[in-house]
Amino acid sequence: MSDFSEELKGPVTDDEQVETSVLSGAGMHFPWLQTYIETVAIGGKRKKDFAQTTSACLSFIQEALLKHQWQQAAGYMYSYFQTLEDSDSYKRQAAPEIIWKLGSEILFYHPKSNVETFNTFADRMKNIGIMNYLKISLQHALYLLHHGMLEDAKRNLSEAETWRHGEKTSSREILINVIQAYKGLLQYYTWSKKKTELSKLDKDDYAYSAVAQDVFNHSWKTSVNISALIKIPGVWDPFVKSYVEMLEFYGDRDGAQEVLTNYAYDEKFPSNPNAHIYLYNFLKRQKAPRSKLISVLKILYQIVPSHKLMLEFHTLLRKSEKEEHHKLGLEVLFGVLDFAGCTKNITAWKYLAKYLKKILMGNHLVWVQEEWNSRKNWWPSFHFSYFWAKSDWKEDTALSCEKAFVAGLLLGKGCRYFRYILKQDHQILGKKIKRMKRSVKKYSIVNPRL
Amino acid sequence: MDLEEAEEFKERCTQCEAVSWGLTDEGKYYCTSCHNVTERSKEVINTDVIPHAQIKALNRGLKRKNNSEKGWDWYVCEGFQYILYQQAEALKNLGVGPELKNDVLHNFWKRYLQKSKQAYCKNPVHTTGRKPTVLEDNLSHSDWASEPELLSDVNSPFLESGMESQSDVHTRKSFPISKASQSETSVCSGSLDGVEYSQRKEKGIVKMTMPQTLAFCYLSLLWQREAITLSDLLRFVEEDHIPYINAFQHFPEQMKLYGRDRGIFGTESWPNYDDIYKKTIEVATFLDLPRFPEITEDCYLHPNILCMKYLMEVNLPDEMHSLTCHVVKMTGMGEVDFLTFDPIAKMAKTVKYDVQAVAIIVVVLKLLFLLDDNLEWSLSNLAEKHNEKNKKDKPWFDFRKWYQIMKKAFDEKKQNWEEARAKYLWKSEKPLYYSYVDKPVAYKKREMVVNLQKQFSTLVDSTPTAGKKSPSSFQFNWTGEDTERTCFHGHSLQGVLKEKGQSLLTKNSLYWLSTQKFCRCYCTHVTTYEESNYSLSYQFILNLFSFLLRIKTSLLHEEVSLVEKELFKKKYSVTKKKSKSKKVRRY
Repeated sequence: MSDFSEELKGPVTDDEQVETSVLSGAGMHFPWLQTYIETVAIGGKRKKDFAQTTSACLSFIQEALLKHQWQQAAGYMYSYFQTLEDSDSYKRQAAPEIIWKLGSEILFYHPKSNVETFNTFADRMKNIGIMNYLKISLQHALYLLHHGMLEDAKRNLSEAETWRHGEKTSSREILINVIQAYKGLLQYYTWSKKKTELSKLDKDDYAYSAVAQDVFNHSWKTSVNISALIKIPGVWDPFVKSYVEMLEFYGDRDGAQEVLTNYAYDEKFPSNPNAHIYLYNFLKRQKAPRSKLISVLKILYQIVPSHKLMLEFHTLLRKSEKEEHHKLGLEVLFGVLDFAGCTKNITAWKYLAKYLKKILMGNHLVWVQEEWNSRKNWWPSFHFSYFWAKSDWKEDTALSCEKAFVAGLLLGKGCRYFRYILKQDHQILGKKIKRMKRSVKKYSIVNPRL
Repeated sequence: MDLEEAEEFKERCTQCEAVSWGLTDEGKYYCTSCHNVTERSKEVINTDVIPHAQIKALNRGLKRKNNSEKGWDWYVCEGFQYILYQQAEALKNLGVGPELKNDVLHNFWKRYLQKSKQAYCKNPVHTTGRKPTVLEDNLSHSDWASEPELLSDVNSPFLESGMESQSDVHTRKSFPISKASQSETSVCSGSLDGVEYSQRKEKGIVKMTMPQTLAFCYLSLLWQREAITLSDLLRFVEEDHIPYINAFQHFPEQMKLYGRDRGIFGTESWPNYDDIYKKTIEVATFLDLPRFPEITEDCYLHPNILCMKYLMEVNLPDEMHSLTCHVVKMTGMGEVDFLTFDPIAKMAKTVKYDVQAVAIIVVVLKLLFLLDDNLEWSLSNLAEKHNEKNKKDKPWFDFRKWYQIMKKAFDEKKQNWEEARAKYLWKSEKPLYYSYVDKPVAYKKREMVVNLQKQFSTLVDSTPTAGKKSPSSFQFNWTGEDTERTCFHGHSLQGVLKEKGQSLLTKNSLYWLSTQKFCRCYCTHVTTYEESNYSLSYQFILNLFSFLLRIKTSLLHEEVSLVEKELFKKKYSVTKKKSKSKKVRRY
């Protein structure tokens, strides 16, 4: 079974990726393994036709969904409901979840379906057994959100929150936290709206204090709802973001910093670049010292070396007094340009051109060689081919000049890219190109000045 | 709240299926695991235990299940009798003569009851381990027990009045009434002897099962020499024209089924050809039936007629019929002694009439076209050229064209069949449950499914699916007005035959045997069928025919080999020396 819940929630809001990654667990899925095990266990014994036809029915539904044939899918679904009565208790217990996933998918897209149909279906499925109540409630609420029915979604979440049936399990505990956090997120949304309202009002306006009071009340409820969830290891970006926003708004900087630091550094949490980005942005807003900013970005550099903040990181490193930071600054630039998505980033090339010259002037040839050694096999064709020289020049002459300079420094003046740009006769850039030629002659690593 | 007091209440919780009840202050039961409160309240069942002064709630709710909820007393064999009655009725509606129901099946069944000592005998098996005294009370009724001429019995009221329990007085009276003792035990079944029945293992006695009912039906069809083959019968079962899956749901309201009855009457598989075939022989032998009426040339089950039928079914030229008749004659497969079923004979075996007829057609196709993925296509080229030149004449049979049309029709049919199977609804309106504890859960599940189905039925494509197919022994129709599908019935075989003197010879002078060696070990396989070893044309033809009969391809392959074995008897003994299997056939 593929995880349909993810697909269902995909179009709802962008926030969902957050909790699915946790709910589906970190384990890998081997859908084929299950069927394999089943056939092994059965041995030579014939499977009941009931099992055969229902599993065929399931594949027909999946095929129909894949082809967006919602009516056909509904037709097969009609028959698939009988798995709720499967005499095989293992399959019977697994049936509600499968049916919910497939059925909600069908109802989400089916032209004849509407919110009412979906609500009826969700309410029915919630009450088959007790295993799926919370999950379905949450997904039901997300569906309502998608249809702009905020109040209904909120009511749904509140109902789920107070639902107490059966024994408590840790997985259920997390689900309740997620539900509460979503409630908090909805409250944040209202708060945020009120806040913009407030900012439009004059302080002397008679309505000001009332609105301000409202804003305060909301934030209090929200923080209670969200704070429980974000202590549990997981990826909770939107929750953390809105929570921090509110804390900052009320001046609780220490609290905000604590939340962010915990979110970024707690080892129990899965590695999450956003956590470091949030923390960095927060610290920047707080005008934190450079060394602190560097240490945050250093971790981000390890996770996402191509992130656009890396250029900022480079600037910070360049400005630093420590020599090792200078060396790292070079590494970072090379790292950014390793990625295909960054090849046309003119700032990166400009930085590299300037920095290379500076480094070479500062007699740190070894650093450059160190970086270059691992790249000399593939960068020439990746960045500095004749084809690129032509197309770069056509598209963006400034970029091609920067690249040509880098190419000249790294590959020597004989390099094709460099030569091509040099040959181009450009009036405005003429001087610059001449200067470049001189620098290349002087500093290129290909013919060390010995 | 006192858990001990709630122990009386044994039903499953409709919410979470647990059986763990507590009592609320109002005396209602609530589930301790999910806190679901029921409508039921505690009742004081036995005043002797009342000293527990804590009981606050008094008898407000339902009384203990009374007898009407328990239903009638009935025996497993009565259930099967009821199902057989329904099946016979369905066969009658399909056009089978009424004698089948009134005489043949009736007598087979009575004979079965007697042979298995369930009725029509001095010491019915139901009484074992129970109270023989009851039987003695009934001995005055036992004059019927000396009614030996089963097959001549025609004036019995059996099965005539719809519900047998009133009509078949003898059978009923012979059963001791021991319901009271059973209702106290915890092992359950709705029938009186369900528990005992499912444990019974007596040597030499064929126990009634659901597939066995079809064996009875087929035996009676065979006895009557009706125009329904075993594969037809099973196809009608699959298409729901004959009650089989959930046949129990038409039991009278008062015949309650649960617990062990579930395993006896509930079935979640369609019958399987091989299985029913074996059971038929088993039953016939057990009943010690005499030689069946003879299958002569004018019977539907005779290969000559069946071959004609299947030739029409798969759109092959009528002219092939003379060739199939020839093969039948050469192999001796049309002879009365070969075809007639005789259970008393030393090795009781009956012919798989339908499979055999189809196998004969396959052999003829091999004789004409060789089916080696080569010759059939070059013969098709000749036919195509000839047909283009002579548009007015009777067209020559073009194998390629036939293949193209059949392939398309077959794929469509098979696709529809697979889809219909995937949509098959197995569950009955009356859910089967293990015990009274499970009853509310089972009913609630059913209700839930029905509600969900109701909701989704509005989302299904509005064009209704063709509805229930009316039963037909033909699955394809070629003579209709559909011009896309050429009908080959009238095409001639001239392209593949040549005249020599008075007789006709096949142009093709080669033949390959489907099997060169027959398995002599004790496994039941005559031979094996490894698809990849055979030509694609052969595979296609086997697939087509085995789909029509709803049998495994290997079964048909075996039958083809057996026909060949008869046909090339002499050659087979020669092949022992010569390993080469290429043969020359002449007509």
